[in-house]
Amino acid sequence: MRRYSAFAIAREALRHHKGWERAWRSPEPRPRYDAIIVGAGGHGLATAYFLGKNHGLKNVAIIEKGWLGGGNTGRNTTIIRSNYLQDPSAAIYEKARSLYETISQDLNYNVMFSPRGVIMLAQTHHEVRGYQRTAHANALQGVQTEWIGPERVKELCPIINLDGPRYPVLGGLWQARGGTARHDAVAWGYARACSAMGMDIIQQCEVTGVRSSNGQVMGVETTKGPIDCDKLGVVVAGHSGVLAEMAGFRLPIESVSLQALVSEPIKPCMDVVVMANTVHGYMSQSDKGEMVIGGGTDGYNNYTQRGSFHHVEETVRALIETFPMISRLKMLRQWGGIVDVTGDRSPIISKTPLGNCFINCGWGTGGFKAIPGSGWAMAELMAKGGSTLADAFSLDRFREGRFIDESVAAGVAH
Amino acid sequence: MSTRLDHGGRLIDRDRPVTFRFNGKKMPGFAGDTVASALLANDRVMVGRSFKYHRPRGIVAAGPEEPNALLNMGRGPRFEPNQRATTTELFDGLEAESQNHWPSLEYDVGAINQLASRLLPAGFYYKTFIHPRPAWKHVFEPVIRNSAGLGKAPKDGDADRYEHFYWFTDILIVGGGIAGLQAALTAATSGLRVTLIEQTAHWGGRAPVDGAEIDGEWADEWVQGAVQALETMPNVTLRTRLMGAGVYDHGYVLGYERVSDHSPADDQPRHRLWKIRARQVITATGAIERPLSFPGNDLPGVMLASAVRDYAVNFAVSPGQRTVVVTNNDDAYLTALALVDVGQTVPAIVDARPAGGGELAQEVANHGVEVHLGAAIAGVTGRSRVEGVKITAQTGTGTDPTEIACDCVAMSGGWSPVVHLWSHCGGKLTWNAPLAMFQPDPERPPTGADGQGFVTAAGVAAGVPIERAGEGLSNFQTLRSATEAAQSVCVRLGRSVGDAAMPAVREVETAPLAPVWIMPDGADIRLREKMWLDFQNDVKVSDVQLAAQEGFESVEHTKRYTTLGMATDQGKLSNINGLAVLSKALDAEIPQVGTTTFRPPYTPISMAAIAGEARGKTFQPLRRTPMHDWHAANGAHWEPVGHWRRPYCYLHGSETPEQAVAREVRNTRANLGLLDASTLGKIVVKGPDACRFVDMLYTNKMSTLKPGRCRYGLMCSENGFLSDDGVVARIDAQTFLCHTTSGGADRIHAWMEDWLQCEWWDWQVYTANLTEQYAQIAVVGPNARKVLEKLGGSLDVSREALPFMGWAAGRLAGFDARAYRISFSGELSYEISVPAATGAEFWDLLIEAGEEFGAMPYGTEALHVMRAEKGFIMIGDETDGTVIPQDLGLDWAISKKKDDYLGKRAQERSHMTDPERWKLVGLETMDGSVLPDGAYAVGAGTNANGQRNMVGRVTSTYHSPTLDKGIAMGLVLHGSDRMGEVLEFPGTDGKTTRARIVDPVFYDPAGEKQNA
Ligand SMILES: Cc1cc2nc3c(=O)[nH]c(=O)nc-3n(C[C@H](O)[C@H](O)[C@H](O)COP(=O)(O)OP(=O)(O)OC[C@H]3O[C@@H](n4cnc5c(N)ncnc54)[C@H](O)[C@@H]3O)c2cc1C
Repeated sequence: MRRYSAFAIAREALRHHKGWERAWRSPEPRPRYDAIIVGAGGHGLATAYFLGKNHGLKNVAIIEKGWLGGGNTGRNTTIIRSNYLQDPSAAIYEKARSLYETISQDLNYNVMFSPRGVIMLAQTHHEVRGYQRTAHANALQGVQTEWIGPERVKELCPIINLDGPRYPVLGGLWQARGGTARHDAVAWGYARACSAMGMDIIQQCEVTGVRSSNGQVMGVETTKGPIDCDKLGVVVAGHSGVLAEMAGFRLPIESVSLQALVSEPIKPCMDVVVMANTVHGYMSQSDKGEMVIGGGTDGYNNYTQRGSFHHVEETVRALIETFPMISRLKMLRQWGGIVDVTGDRSPIISKTPLGNCFINCGWGTGGFKAIPGSGWAMAELMAKGGSTLADAFSLDRFREGRFIDESVAAGVAH
Repeated sequence: MSTRLDHGGRLIDRDRPVTFRFNGKKMPGFAGDTVASALLANDRVMVGRSFKYHRPRGIVAAGPEEPNALLNMGRGPRFEPNQRATTTELFDGLEAESQNHWPSLEYDVGAINQLASRLLPAGFYYKTFIHPRPAWKHVFEPVIRNSAGLGKAPKDGDADRYEHFYWFTDILIVGGGIAGLQAALTAATSGLRVTLIEQTAHWGGRAPVDGAEIDGEWADEWVQGAVQALETMPNVTLRTRLMGAGVYDHGYVLGYERVSDHSPADDQPRHRLWKIRARQVITATGAIERPLSFPGNDLPGVMLASAVRDYAVNFAVSPGQRTVVVTNNDDAYLTALALVDVGQTVPAIVDARPAGGGELAQEVANHGVEVHLGAAIAGVTGRSRVEGVKITAQTGTGTDPTEIACDCVAMSGGWSPVVHLWSHCGGKLTWNAPLAMFQPDPERPPTGADGQGFVTAAGVAAGVPIERAGEGLSNFQTLRSATEAAQSVCVRLGRSVGDAAMPAVREVETAPLAPVWIMPDGADIRLREKMWLDFQNDVKVSDVQLAAQEGFESVEHTKRYTTLGMATDQGKLSNINGLAVLSKALDAEIPQVGTTTFRPPYTPISMAAIAGEARGKTFQPLRRTPMHDWHAANGAHWEPVGHWRRPYCYLHGSETPEQAVAREVRNTRANLGLLDASTLGKIVVKGPDACRFVDMLYTNKMSTLKPGRCRYGLMCSENGFLSDDGVVARIDAQTFLCHTTSGGADRIHAWMEDWLQCEWWDWQVYTANLTEQYAQIAVVGPNARKVLEKLGGSLDVSREALPFMGWAAGRLAGFDARAYRISFSGELSYEISVPAATGAEFWDLLIEAGEEFGAMPYGTEALHVMRAEKGFIMIGDETDGTVIPQDLGLDWAISKKKDDYLGKRAQERSHMTDPERWKLVGLETMDGSVLPDGAYAVGAGTNANGQRNMVGRVTSTYHSPTLDKGIAMGLVLHGSDRMGEVLEFPGTDGKTTRARIVDPVFYDPAGEKQNA
């Protein structure tokens, strides 16, 4: 892998950039791999990366039905934070956040992780108490968060309207080292690193069946023919139910469409990420200058990766209340992504009823921030059969009633 | 020079001159101008700076595809960035400023980026700024952020008004060009409701500009006739300035009407968002011309050929005095003719096709215009404005060009049908190779619930059937396609159409287009680095080629890597050109590489229009109890509770809220307190199966409740978690009145209906949410009975007649009333409910009658404090969706006799019966202070992930005015077995509070007061 640097760019500039090599190879599948990961989203790619990096497992293929990073990884609003309430969540999201801190250096790829800070607004007394609780829990979990008053909120985000007529801002939970990153770059950076380790990323190849014998996974059927493997990791987000069916088990997952939109670009006016859960919407400003806005999921299950209007209307209303200046901006583009939602709003990183078949899904509306941590945990689980970060997220929890309920802390979990 | 011509101008009104300001300078224009045409009339060709390199940018187009002419407009609460000059109608007093430069448009420091452009190819960000680590956040990113962005951020709110409008129609036709009009004329004969909308202020679209002849007259006249005919038809609705913005499932279409953008003084809404339900949609949205990729094609003065024609014909503006036309098709010859027609010079036509054009080319030649065949532009001279072009052979490498002086270049690379609305909801495209364009595939339309297509493309927007591609995009083809589209749509809706007259069109014979994606064909990298694809985002041919070289093979990858098509025009000009360059680089066919997805809206629509009227006070409905105004007039310190607003406390004089709460608690415990409890949920459950139903809903056995009695009940989710609580009153054998929490009323009612409609649909039970039908007042304290007895009436509230947990109906001081003898405070207490209409009057009466007994209203916080003193749980405090009744010591409220209730099975799962679950206890700090809200108790050591072990948490914590110390409740590991033990609660401030585990009932444990 040729390293990227300012120097390399200057050198290439002299020859009109003719010397850049492919960021990743585009190989045909081999007949067999030690491990196959289905789904080249962020979670799948990070899983493969850590299989190689942490566990020396490099004979790996990542199979993607479309183009890598084209699922939710390339559609999300890129909020990164780890101020979750429950212990297992705080552990894995903080692991992920701390990996984001050095990811650009680790991958030699600038993913533009920008710890610009995240405020979750409290606009009811109930929310105030909820966030104070989270702040207490986070302190014990090693997650740095802080409860801040309205004046500090205004200082951090001058465009906010503190005393809207309906829900005055009473304060907020502030995570200074939360922020955003460039979503595509996360997928591309991992893909480049995986490819450099000798792994095969096979795009435009859909897994159509899971082959097994005696309760053990043997390989997969794909649109490019059958491929054998010892271990299989299924990391396909919104399509997890479909893959689980191929592997012969069911998942407690519903797939719904989550809506997002951006405004036209304007000059910088907002440095932090703000989430307003009472009115239900959140916003940040991208490096391009667009206001990136998200809100709710559609009220019905579906697989169409399409924008619908209902939630856009509600979300924009909520944010005009919170940031009156956006009233005179324009919506440039809206879209939707299919998110995989579990009953307790926490992910599943687990063994499955099929031997040597593992699943990583259920990140729902908020898994972008978790990508490095999730890959770390999933790789450990696949390589060693267990992982302290993953164990609490096993499928058993639904049978046992051992939920990790994050909806407790906040209505919106992006 | 760009000037206003002395004559002509189809759309301007020379009798109505107006003045406007651009960058502070006063300029003249005419009513009917767009801001763009007025700027060009004043020789303002350069109007902005590009995104990345801050290069000079001029007006390119005349419609919504314009990528460059984006301006800051207006001021104060009417300021708006990124207004497109080409689609903004001019009005007197308009103020506009160019964007994205400092200190001025002409001298922009950011233009220094151009010098470094070789260092900033596509994707350079990803390859650099990696070290040192903190530099990205603190150095590089802020610089990039400041140089990016376009318009200024608005500072104020919005002074204008916006509204939503709901509209139903059988057939919606989007686009008021000749195709849309012909489709409307045809469809209207069916008698179905037809709605025709047009985004501009004018009917007719391109045809009148192009000088088309329909039925023997100028298209403009035909258009007037068609509009007049449609206006007389009762089943037809016509609207201009209304854009089809998005098509969604089930024929739901968003329309964006710019009601008064062109006349802001009017007392009208600014924008109106149409929510249209259409059974069938016809998209007659026309086509957009493509630029050509030649070196220097981004210099101000290089424009689309059709736009040059638009400015000349519609606005009598000539963007240049010497205009070179460069093209790969016949259409651009119309521009040459239009210019010659108005007396301008066309020094040359550069036609990439070796064989040149058809009939129009002949006509041009007759005017003596020089035509260069098989030719290309190899460069454009000038710094911030075109001064000349270099002409070379299209097949060559661009060497040895001849130079021609000119001040405008009109380019045409062919046309792309506007397929956005067709595509929004899943309509698929097919590649028309001869015409080099994607067009709707009629075999794969967006489908509705019945599996049938609900969008049909018509006119140029439909492209041309491949077998007729030789005919090109002719007017005849357009009208025939529109007629057929309307006919098939009517048939689909079960109607036949009358004999729709197909107008006669004079056709010119054309020569085929030659796909030309870069110019000249053999250009080397130095030239390719000067060929712009995306003018706003500064994406060049070389960038797309670099992306392909680096393995970004999917069109989506290339788009994201280079930012091609991500500008505010969303690739209207750049997508197909970029795609063609990409497929060439990959050595693949264009259709194999495919397009990016088209997403709503068609062009950006205002956030304000999306929000509509729901802003400020009307953002969400404010629910008001009948006593709301009294509270407001008497010092209420409000707290939002769902959509309600409830008094948190009532402030007297200079009291702080804390002081007020303490006073309210003490007074209620000592004398008499009054609480507006009207927000409490009140749901009637009635019917032969009501008993069975409430037994399933509640963990308790409610069916054994006797009429006239009340019982506290718990409701759980299917997962066993406590979701709501409240007192149920049995009204009669088949009727229960279920009280819920204030926040829970709507949710619980929906929950009941969910079960009744989806699961137990055969049970004979009816529910009604009567929350707003009754005003409810809690009369609380030692004097409660006295004040009610003073009111008098048939309702006997004596201890004997109405014991604790009983209810009775009757009259109180002339009011119809029910009295429930229930207590959430531990005091003697009655909740009196009266019809909502009499609530305010009854409240006044109670306040007055209570005066001698020390009556004072109290708010939600006093309510919370008193219930905590009494050890009562509160939904949302002690519960959070993870707590089961058993955790809270509420086993007594769970019937052991019932076979089933919602949540029962879940509560039997292993984790639910785990003895390690945290249990409810009371907590008392060692020093009497108040435990911090939400604090956790820690045990020894850390868990496997290195987090401190936690053994409990605070669920509610208050200062008790009654006991004058801090009291709290919490959930603690093995809590009920650890009475007297002391726990440590670390605060977020570094201090640790110690608290002892005690019984949660702090006040009157024997219940003597409430039973009094
Ligand atoms: C609008 C929106 C906003 C969001 N905002 C945030 C946010 O602000 N912060 C945050 O942390 N999270 C956010 N999320 C959630 C986040 O995007 C996801 O949780 C995360 O990206 C999931 O990554 P993934 O790798 O699991 O899934 P994906 O990126 O969806 O990858 C799954 C891949 O599997 C492939 N696949 C599926 N089936 C098959 C098959 N049969 N064969 C081969 N390949 C297959 C898919 O093509 C896809 O590429 C948001 C999501 C959306 C939709």
